[in-house]
Amino acid sequence: MFNWLQYFADWLIYSILGVSAQSHLGESLDFFVFDTIKIAILLFVITTVMGIVNSYFPVEKVRNFLSRNKMYGLEYLFASTFGVITPFCSCSSVPLFIGFVKGGIPLGITFTYLITAPLVNEVAIAIFAGAFGFKVTALYVITGIVLGILGGFILGRMKLESHLSTWVQNIIANAQTEEELEGEKLTLVKRFPTILKEAFNIVKGVGIYIIIGIGIGAAMHGFLPTGFFEHYINKGQWYGVPLAVIMGVPMYSNAAGVIPVVQVLVAKGVPLGTAIAFMMGVVGLSLPEAMLLKKVMNMKLIAIYFSTIAFFMILSGYLFNIIL
Amino acid sequence: MKNIKVLGTGCSKCKTTYNNVLEALKQLNMQAEVIKIEDIEEMMKYNVLTTPVLMIDEVVKVKGRVADIAEIKQFLIN
Repeated sequence: MFNWLQYFADWLIYSILGVSAQSHLGESLDFFVFDTIKIAILLFVITTVMGIVNSYFPVEKVRNFLSRNKMYGLEYLFASTFGVITPFCSCSSVPLFIGFVKGGIPLGITFTYLITAPLVNEVAIAIFAGAFGFKVTALYVITGIVLGILGGFILGRMKLESHLSTWVQNIIANAQTEEELEGEKLTLVKRFPTILKEAFNIVKGVGIYIIIGIGIGAAMHGFLPTGFFEHYINKGQWYGVPLAVIMGVPMYSNAAGVIPVVQVLVAKGVPLGTAIAFMMGVVGLSLPEAMLLKKVMNMKLIAIYFSTIAFFMILSGYLFNIIL
Repeated sequence: MKNIKVLGTGCSKCKTTYNNVLEALKQLNMQAEVIKIEDIEEMMKYNVLTTPVLMIDEVVKVKGRVADIAEIKQFLIN
């Protein structure tokens, strides 16, 4: 699909700039040009598609749907899938949390949404597709959805309501199904300029991290020998996957930049499952989010929430290492 | 005088929205009461799900994304 781009990168670096294809610098530059343009294109396309889907399923509609319908467990699947299509910023997690429980949505389902929304978002999907291809991306998305369902279900079973802040418990006590919203009835043509502008803003917002990430990745790509990391990190070590997840959690703000680096780590010998587990930690769990959640729940619940998700991430990492 | 509220938990998007409001007012040479709401309990009274939210005279104009300067100017003129 991106053969033409590889030709372009080769032509630009080797012919126009005259850098030798055999040199470390040439390999690095070629990789940088190819990867930056590829990821930029994917990011723009995927954020636009997600924007279109999202304009039909805004989060308010999702909340009302989940709040009104009892579906014998299927609501976990819906909450998780909705988490994929709605855009998410960790600063929205608290208003979302409150909005959901206020609408009478059970805690477990709220957690499901809260787990999947950051874990499988448009930026992660685009960069993942650019770095690892569509098969691995599909696997990542499905794992993310399943992880949200399982995590939310288990957290829901733990009866954790007493660990929420008092004012949140009061809200739950007075929960009610939300009123029907006056939806904007706009045609897709009218929505499109806003969607495109949003997509462009997202690309612009993460662009600098991606460029830095690809820059670091490109340098490693050109200068480190293939299999370089195999010696240090391999499937045989049991602690590789848990360590990867734990290291990933504090790295949230640079999720966009981390994936291109990890792509090169994999090319140089890091097991793919370990790498995926690492990225789940980076994208799905973040310390700023934990700080924000402190306003609605106590530290014990945050710890339970984070360790449950981390547990499943580690499990997915082992699983991928076995099957991939 | 218009009453403008920016609701957000203090993330960078919320700050950008707030600065865009100030810039839009400056460009229009307009006076308005601009309030930033960062307290979550206060915010939930407005029933928001995604931040940042831009409200003008108690009406939600933009939610879940940064409103740009040109857009805010449009809202203020009408």
